[in-house]
Amino acid sequence: MDLGYLWAGFSVALSPLNLAIGFTGCFLGTLIGALPAIGPINGIALLLPIAYTMGLPPESTMILLAGIYIGAEYGGRISSILLNVPGDAGAVMTALDGNPLARQGRAGEALMISGLASFVGGTLGVVGLTFFAPLLSTLAIGFGPAEYFVLMIFAFATLGSMVGSQPVKTLIGCVIGLMLATIGLDATSGAYRFTFNEPELGDGIEFVVLVIGLFSISEAMFMLEHQAKGGSVIKVAGRTFARWADIVRCIGPALRSSVIGFTVGVLPGTGASVASAVSYTTEKRLSDREGTFGKGDVRGLAAPEAANNATAAGAFVPMLTLGVPGSGTTAVMLGALMLYNIQPGPQLFAERPELIGGLIASLYIGNILLLILNLPLVRVFSRVLQLPNWVLVPGILVLSIVGVYSTHASVLAVVMMLGIGVVGWLLRKLGFDMAPIILGFVLGRVMEVNLRNALAISGGDLSILFQSTISIVLWIMAAAMALLPFVLGRLARRAAAPSPQVS
Amino acid sequence: MKTILVNALALGFAGLMAGAAVAAPEKTECLAGAKPGGGFDLTCRLAGNSLLAARLIDKPMPVTYMEGGVGAIAYNHVVGKRSSDPTLITAASSGSALLLAQGKFGQYDESAVRWVGALGADYGVIVVAADAPYKSLKDLVEAYGKAPGDFPIGGGGAVGSQDWMKGALVAKSAGQDPKKMRYVALEGGGAVLTALEGGHIKIAAGDAAEMAKHHAAGKVRILAVMSPERLPGELKDVATAREQGLDIDWVVWRGFYVGKNITDAQYQDWVDTFRKLSETPEFAQEREARGLYPYTVLGADFERDVKKDVERFKALAAEAGL
Repeated sequence: MDLGYLWAGFSVALSPLNLAIGFTGCFLGTLIGALPAIGPINGIALLLPIAYTMGLPPESTMILLAGIYIGAEYGGRISSILLNVPGDAGAVMTALDGNPLARQGRAGEALMISGLASFVGGTLGVVGLTFFAPLLSTLAIGFGPAEYFVLMIFAFATLGSMVGSQPVKTLIGCVIGLMLATIGLDATSGAYRFTFNEPELGDGIEFVVLVIGLFSISEAMFMLEHQAKGGSVIKVAGRTFARWADIVRCIGPALRSSVIGFTVGVLPGTGASVASAVSYTTEKRLSDREGTFGKGDVRGLAAPEAANNATAAGAFVPMLTLGVPGSGTTAVMLGALMLYNIQPGPQLFAERPELIGGLIASLYIGNILLLILNLPLVRVFSRVLQLPNWVLVPGILVLSIVGVYSTHASVLAVVMMLGIGVVGWLLRKLGFDMAPIILGFVLGRVMEVNLRNALAISGGDLSILFQSTISIVLWIMAAAMALLPFVLGRLARRAAAPSPQVS
Repeated sequence: MKTILVNALALGFAGLMAGAAVAAPEKTECLAGAKPGGGFDLTCRLAGNSLLAARLIDKPMPVTYMEGGVGAIAYNHVVGKRSSDPTLITAASSGSALLLAQGKFGQYDESAVRWVGALGADYGVIVVAADAPYKSLKDLVEAYGKAPGDFPIGGGGAVGSQDWMKGALVAKSAGQDPKKMRYVALEGGGAVLTALEGGHIKIAAGDAAEMAKHHAAGKVRILAVMSPERLPGELKDVATAREQGLDIDWVVWRGFYVGKNITDAQYQDWVDTFRKLSETPEFAQEREARGLYPYTVLGADFERDVKKDVERFKALAAEAGL
């Protein structure tokens, strides 16, 4: 297999600027992951407009966002272990054994073991991504409008597994996103739709406005509403270096869970929470002979941590090769590419090898940086758990407004962002998830344009959607995907864990 | 550091010397109605870089981006808020005239601003896949006339865009109704090329500069350039549509407008500056670097051309049933 793209990617990722950007991303990501309230998607939403306005080239922006993404998967474990509150969705299962360990005065060891497991999972995931991505992208040239449309159908079919528990609300959220995507200049007929003669709406609702409104503003309102109760943070005391015997016991679980995590990550629409739940239950069945899982078993800690980090890497596979986001976070990253006028899709690998290679190379480097950051500096990160909301909420609001205004230089955009934030907050109170809205919005325009183009080619004959092999395979996969959540959902339910929003 | 400073001083001094003869205002600004990197940005940079290189301005001309509605927001901004600002020029193209003709710039028409001049142009081309059996535009038009349903036409814009208009002109020449054309609106020239190579579309409408390198590389075949005369460079062997008996020109000019309420003297200053600029070697170099063909129309001539364009596009749009 030709891995030339990866070596070229390393020369991109190792340039001083990108190395510094990658480090910044990893550091911020760990912080963001450690904070219980905000996950990687909020962090990415906040930093994207800033990176864009600073004039960073697309590969640097992607390296920054990817650093935040994988950094947050590392950071999420800190609050799970010390606070028994998962820092992000993927770290839910980490608390099951991590927090009991910390209560036994072994917090330092727990953090180290989980840090090592994260590294194993993250690195194996990237290795998988390296070999998997070029394979899928060889399909590129066969993709015409009809195939793209079916690909989008496939992407939407995967939505069911994204939230799972409330399929109707997921569908409604997705339709809201689709509807929002119709605002603005219609790319086929050139007509303005739903703009109310307001020129600023001519290009539709800007992606940054929607993302920041839905994720940052509504999150800030949520935090104001539910004041976090401080005080139960467990101090990192005792020995900080794990016992060698414990590390050896974790090798098997970490390797198995990495494979599970990566596989789940590759399937579009299934996030880190599913992966860590599946790996935890698998490991419990395989190795828990003494019944110590849930009471502070290091293996129960290593398994979900390895899995959620491998998932993050796996989620890049459909995003980079097909342009189908595997999670809410990768949906935002796709939107970031579009902000740079880069159309994600099967042709991306051929057209922008430096972008993809640089991103993948930065993931290798990022995992090493994160291991270095997370072992000695874990006490520093544990401090942010005490950061009070009266610092955090105004900080988020200021960053949001500055971000939107600097990207679009328009007061209307800021007002719209705030309005969308309030609506998002209401929807979340009603139990809606924000990720399907973003997915509907990102994919909706692509889907509509390609359907209309396919029909323009065939002169209105619907059979064009079923003609090529690629289309037929995609239709079958879409049908399978729609059924998959029931299977995975049953597996995840055995873990009997409440799953918060998808990250 | 020191050398940079010295260079900057020298440049500033040289600028000051030349400044005596300069007509452009002290401080200048160029407004691009799109994202950085697009066509309007290119137009602004063509003016900004070459004016500075030719020492017709002392300080670099900053580019302001105001994205939205393919220049509609910028147009409304200039008309509504900056109409008496003599330091501001705004990038425009024949696409702006097309949108004005279709009433897509809001309540204002083409006389709400003053048109300073065009500094360069690209030309429409009609393209087919490299393995297509058609060797000339005439062959293609003949085949299209017999079975229009077999020829999906692709372009990098919506229905009513410049690429659509080019397709409509081909359909009309074949005696077919442009309304029945199977037009595929793709996102930009790259997508058009991919669709052509993948066989998803049979005819592509595009611009000469972008398609020329792919034509030269043998990936696609340009059947005709839609210019009054043959184009220099890579496309010198491609016949014009006129040579092939079809009177379908498509000039994609790139130029500027200023606010309606600046004084005649201020307007004339800009026209004179551009005239002077268009005669410098620095300008020719910058224009070529941006893939534009020579096309200089200034002042009253340009005002008249824009109005003529708008009228022509209105007629075309009405004919095509838009």
